Amino acid sequence: MFKKKWLVSLFITATTFITSNAVADSSLLNVSYDVTREFYKDFNPAFIKYWKQKTGETITVNQSHGGSSKQARSVVDGLEADIISMNQAPDIDILYERAKLIPKDWQKRLPNASSPTSSTIVFLVRQGNPKNIKDWDDLVKPGTAVVIPNPKTSGNGKYSYLAAWGYVLKKGGNEAQAKKFVSKLFKNVPVLDTGGRGATTTFAQRDIGDVLLTFENEVNLINKELGDKFDVVYPSSSILAENPIAVVDKYVDKHHTRALAQAYADFHYSEAGQEIAAKHYLRPSLATVAAKHKTEFKQIDLFSVDDVFGGWTKAQKTHFADGGTFDAIYTK
Amino acid sequence: MIDFMAKQKNVLPGFNISIGFTIFYLSLIVLIPLSAAFIKTTELSLAEFWHVVTAPRVLASYKLTFGTSLIGALINAVFGLLTAWVLVRYTFPGKKIIDALVDLPFALPTAVAGIALTAVYAGNGWIGSWLEPHGIKVAFTPLGIIVALTFIGLPFVVRTVQPVLQDLEAETEEAAASLGANRWQTFSKIIFPAIWPALLTGFALAFARAIGEYGSVIFIAGNVPMVSEITPLIIITKLEQYEYSSATAIAVVMLVISFLLLFAINGLQWWMSRRSDASK
Repeated sequence: MFKKKWLVSLFITATTFITSNAVADSSLLNVSYDVTREFYKDFNPAFIKYWKQKTGETITVNQSHGGSSKQARSVVDGLEADIISMNQAPDIDILYERAKLIPKDWQKRLPNASSPTSSTIVFLVRQGNPKNIKDWDDLVKPGTAVVIPNPKTSGNGKYSYLAAWGYVLKKGGNEAQAKKFVSKLFKNVPVLDTGGRGATTTFAQRDIGDVLLTFENEVNLINKELGDKFDVVYPSSSILAENPIAVVDKYVDKHHTRALAQAYADFHYSEAGQEIAAKHYLRPSLATVAAKHKTEFKQIDLFSVDDVFGGWTKAQKTHFADGGTFDAIYTK
Repeated sequence: MIDFMAKQKNVLPGFNISIGFTIFYLSLIVLIPLSAAFIKTTELSLAEFWHVVTAPRVLASYKLTFGTSLIGALINAVFGLLTAWVLVRYTFPGKKIIDALVDLPFALPTAVAGIALTAVYAGNGWIGSWLEPHGIKVAFTPLGIIVALTFIGLPFVVRTVQPVLQDLEAETEEAAASLGANRWQTFSKIIFPAIWPALLTGFALAFARAIGEYGSVIFIAGNVPMVSEITPLIIITKLEQYEYSSATAIAVVMLVISFLLLFAINGLQWWMSRRSDASK
């Protein structure tokens, strides 16, 4: 009898301890994609410090990282994220389309189409650039092996595909020429990895390919990690890859964390937040910070998905949906 | 059939409750999730379903997936039998370690296996750098897929054949030898019929496992559509694009083909064991 009572009281103490602990301070869950891991490792402590100074409240920010569309799907299926940060708008649109977690016009709620930072697709070549790769035209030459992840399963792949397509259009070519160019480009791709990091491994560790197409921030990270085995080549033009962020209305209302989540989102646009982004090779949107880092981010002709492809929804349907232009490269 | 009817009047009590539990358990673990897949595909019309599951890329992937799985399982049947034979019949130092090594493909996360195999078989890897000058490319070709599927399927054959070999009495072989049978006759007439059902089971398991394998294959396959794109990857690709119903449509086709193949193998096994019973 005594033993039983003792067990019960232990159980009660344990549960109160756990629950009170959870209630004591508010926390945010930021669901993000793979390569922002390093960025948020710096960004979150800065925000926590800022919030403590401003309100005296101690908070925690939890992170969840993974393949972007897998992450978005988890949120749709019920992972209660307060914040979602992705590298392409369609992965946030899905929160509206599938579960109405956010309003349709979520991109209008924060500056720059809700994208505090951006990046672009550049080339990474082997040291000394033995194949003398300067621009997009060099990628479609016979005998050049190009590593691009699968556009159907990765943001890098989608942006690379659209960047090549847009390059032809920008040069004055028509859609048919662009299609032919992109077909030729993908005929030079020996391995289609499912994600950006996989493609990086294939290129850097397996010695496959003469050139890797990936995000500018990823390229700089590779260079930092692997030293001088590679050179970065900026093409004459490329695509503007925006990194959008959204407060997930339905879950912040449920968790009563709207003010905090909003402040967290806004902090991305602050000078401190933008500095951290620049440190991680993400192009800042704030003019003062951008000016400071002008030399690090080479100015090339950048076009957006909206400008050239009439928005993501349309680009997705024309190019990457089943039976789209990407499928046609392989089946015809 | 008559045999089966007779068995219903079993001397062992508790038949009703145990069959009830078995069906309940199988429903919970296997049938309910699988039927959810079938229900999901009803979102598509029949024409849409047919269009999705017979697209050229999908057809090429069936051929690749089932072909490489079959070859991988066959390789495992031959060399798994050999491994089991060595492990049962001979004693040598380090046998326990080798025995434990067999299970490693079970325990290893498949992604680790895939990355390790790719590192070894890529053009700059230990084995790849030696094979490539001879014009043999393994990583990023269908050959690489076979290597990965052979790797993950190995324990199935070894572990199903091993106990049967262990139970096989050496006296029967000695008797065969003393009656004038040569080594090949002893193997084909005495040993093989005894281990054949177990070998078939191991083969079926390895084959089934290979069909569904994703983690290790995507690293080594190269994933080029029409060439080295496996069906599970197509399913994942569709999921990534939020096309749930067409993903499940392809999954259902895989399920049905796998079920028919496994059913056929089971049938073959049943027929074989009945034949060997009859010959006794």
